[in-house]
Amino acid sequence: MKRTPRLFAIAAIGSLTLTACGGSGFEDSGGGEAGDSEAPASAEGPAELTMLIASSGDAETEAVEEAAAEWAEESGNQVEVRVAADMNQELAQGFAGGNPPDIFYLDAAQLAQQASTGNLYAYEATDNDDFYPSLRETFTWDDTQWCAPKDFSTLALQINTAAWEEAGLTDEDIPTTYDELSSVAEQLTEGDQVGLVLSPGIDRAGVFVVGNGGWWLNDEGTEPTGTSEEVLAGLQYLQDNMAEGHVAYAGSVDAGWGGEAFGTGRAAMTIEGNWIRGAMSNDYPDVDYTVVEVPEGPAGPGTLLFSQCWGVAAASDAQAQAVELINHLTDPEQQMEFADAFGVMPSRQSVAGEYEEAYPEDAPFIAGGDYGHGPVNAPGMTPVVEDLNSQLEGITNADLQQVMESFDTNASSALDQ
Amino acid sequence: MSAGDPRRQQGAGWLFVTPAIVILGLFLVLPIGMALWVSLSDWAGRGSPFSGDVAFVGLDNYSALLAEPGLARQDLMLSFRNTFYYVVGVVPLQTVLALSLAVLLNNQFLKGRTFFRTAFYFPSVVSSVAISLLFLFLFAGGGAINNVLGWFGLNGPNWFQDPRGLIHLLGDGLGVWSTSSPPGWLTDPTVLGLSPWEWVAGPSVALSAIMLQVIWTTAGTFMLMFLAALQDLPTEVEEAAFVDGANKWQRFRNVTVPHLRPTILLVVTLGFIGTWQVFDQMYVMTQGGPAKTTLTPAYLSYQTAFDTGRWGQGAAIAFILFALIFALTTLQRWILRDKDEPRTSRFSRRRRRRRTTVQDETQTQAQTSGRLS
Repeated sequence: MKRTPRLFAIAAIGSLTLTACGGSGFEDSGGGEAGDSEAPASAEGPAELTMLIASSGDAETEAVEEAAAEWAEESGNQVEVRVAADMNQELAQGFAGGNPPDIFYLDAAQLAQQASTGNLYAYEATDNDDFYPSLRETFTWDDTQWCAPKDFSTLALQINTAAWEEAGLTDEDIPTTYDELSSVAEQLTEGDQVGLVLSPGIDRAGVFVVGNGGWWLNDEGTEPTGTSEEVLAGLQYLQDNMAEGHVAYAGSVDAGWGGEAFGTGRAAMTIEGNWIRGAMSNDYPDVDYTVVEVPEGPAGPGTLLFSQCWGVAAASDAQAQAVELINHLTDPEQQMEFADAFGVMPSRQSVAGEYEEAYPEDAPFIAGGDYGHGPVNAPGMTPVVEDLNSQLEGITNADLQQVMESFDTNASSALDQ
Repeated sequence: MSAGDPRRQQGAGWLFVTPAIVILGLFLVLPIGMALWVSLSDWAGRGSPFSGDVAFVGLDNYSALLAEPGLARQDLMLSFRNTFYYVVGVVPLQTVLALSLAVLLNNQFLKGRTFFRTAFYFPSVVSSVAISLLFLFLFAGGGAINNVLGWFGLNGPNWFQDPRGLIHLLGDGLGVWSTSSPPGWLTDPTVLGLSPWEWVAGPSVALSAIMLQVIWTTAGTFMLMFLAALQDLPTEVEEAAFVDGANKWQRFRNVTVPHLRPTILLVVTLGFIGTWQVFDQMYVMTQGGPAKTTLTPAYLSYQTAFDTGRWGQGAAIAFILFALIFALTTLQRWILRDKDEPRTSRFSRRRRRRRTTVQDETQTQAQTSGRLS
């Protein structure tokens, strides 16, 4: 009996220590509330900003670091640029711990989820109307534009010159409609070589859906429209052509993605974004190719557009300075510098002319900025889209109506939450 | 109070274990408690899960995963299906391989034993991420494995891109069914969100490639355990069996394996737990693809939390996986329990043991009181 009090005391001290240790880490999480009000939190005196980027390589890291340092010197603040190994995870850790980076790359597909959780501070960069309308739309959720588009990429059609000439095709034959695309793909299919090779998933199949005038969700992103005629027509086009054997997925020609199949010569054509330029010059410098716009669908020109924006954290205590820095980073002159350094396309329309002049071969990609469709950006849609992607991997044997019905069911329940 | 005072010793004892309790509490009990709370809450990954904005939602996360038809349950069941085939393939094979390697290397007359031991153990030392990357190249469509298969006139699949299930392929090959139009009686009523056709798919080609890799990497570690146990095997017993006229196989079957029973139990248990939790390979190589055939509960939990932002569901998956592993390990221990001992003898032995303990205690007490007085 005499033992008990002492035992208790020790246990109590032990648990006290635990609470103390456990508590301290989470105390300051309330800092996020500052972002809920409209006025930006502005740090007194020189601010220390952290920026988290998902860099494509040294060229991008150095260019961003340089631009940030330039602004820091001019404005008397400090900026630390960190490169994320796993962007989603590192952002999530920052938000959960209450000390996210002040500025970060934010993918359009992640926007709604972060915005609906309250992690984002909505702002507009200077001369917001200069950004492509389709990009502004991409970063709009719940009637608010949350961030300034950093740059963008679109999909276009790449044609292997040697294969094209071998099949006896000329510039006259460059496809401008889906029917012509099928017919040249058929002519280019020979032996090991497949006419058109695509990476699987909605990020490529979506091209044909957009070309048919459809989209997976309605314009407001509130209701799924997977079983609409337009969507089914787009997928049907893909399925028919794959069944005939002149369109294939990269996996079935021993490649990881369309660019690889294109480089190894297993594909005579592929549909990829402007990133394919880097891959081709690094890995397959001897392959000659031309880039043209994706052929027009029955409903007019249609392609997909991918973009990232400069996100600002709601929990940041230097939002005013962060927006100033973003103004510097999205400045037309700076955007052109980024384009020169690591080959991205400027998100401002006012730079489009200059960019096209400097890189005339990228004109088909730039053109996509006018009519491209951004990714699905409703909250909670990630697993639904992934499920659709996995079903589209087996598109050749799939019952499209059934696939899209299950997409609609899953999407409705995700959107209702 | 003298230094030998049992009450003072008690205090000192607690003092000595305090660091351990604090460390365990801080890094084990507290995080598990937090995760349990998250799995019962609607925390969205912003700020502390204990702040006022976070609401208690009861078993909502669990019921979305287990009871309600929907994508969450379908994905979880897919991940269970994949991992089930994975476990059934990996655990027996890695145990048998490890045991065979250990028996071979335990041979006194084998030349270069140390070299082989190091060579077989080496894959276990190398980080699984590095090995995963290596296997990505080996099993690529035009990679080394397919080139070797090509020498025999075989056309290897594009391993990590191939979602076809092995049982589906086998049935297709035997003419039981056709994979392009599965039989109607297998596709219609869904069980827990998946049709029987999907349940019986077997591991996909992609998952099989991962299974080969894991068997190869882990066999070394388990081989070491078997080697240690084999070196405990008294040579006299082996010699006695030899004198009795037992041949090599009989000696292995009736002397070595029974002796290794506890080690086999250990290896199988560790194998079970390790395989159900498989994560690294999926994270590095496949991200759950192709067509979700390499989705595992551990990877799904990660994905649900970090990519989708459903932290409650992610944590709930972790606890469901824990419960499943716990139940299966208990079952497996029960199946592999020592069946040779008759119940009565165990009972009487326990009684005998208790009697001796009581005796011992009385003796000790008598001694202590004698010293104190």
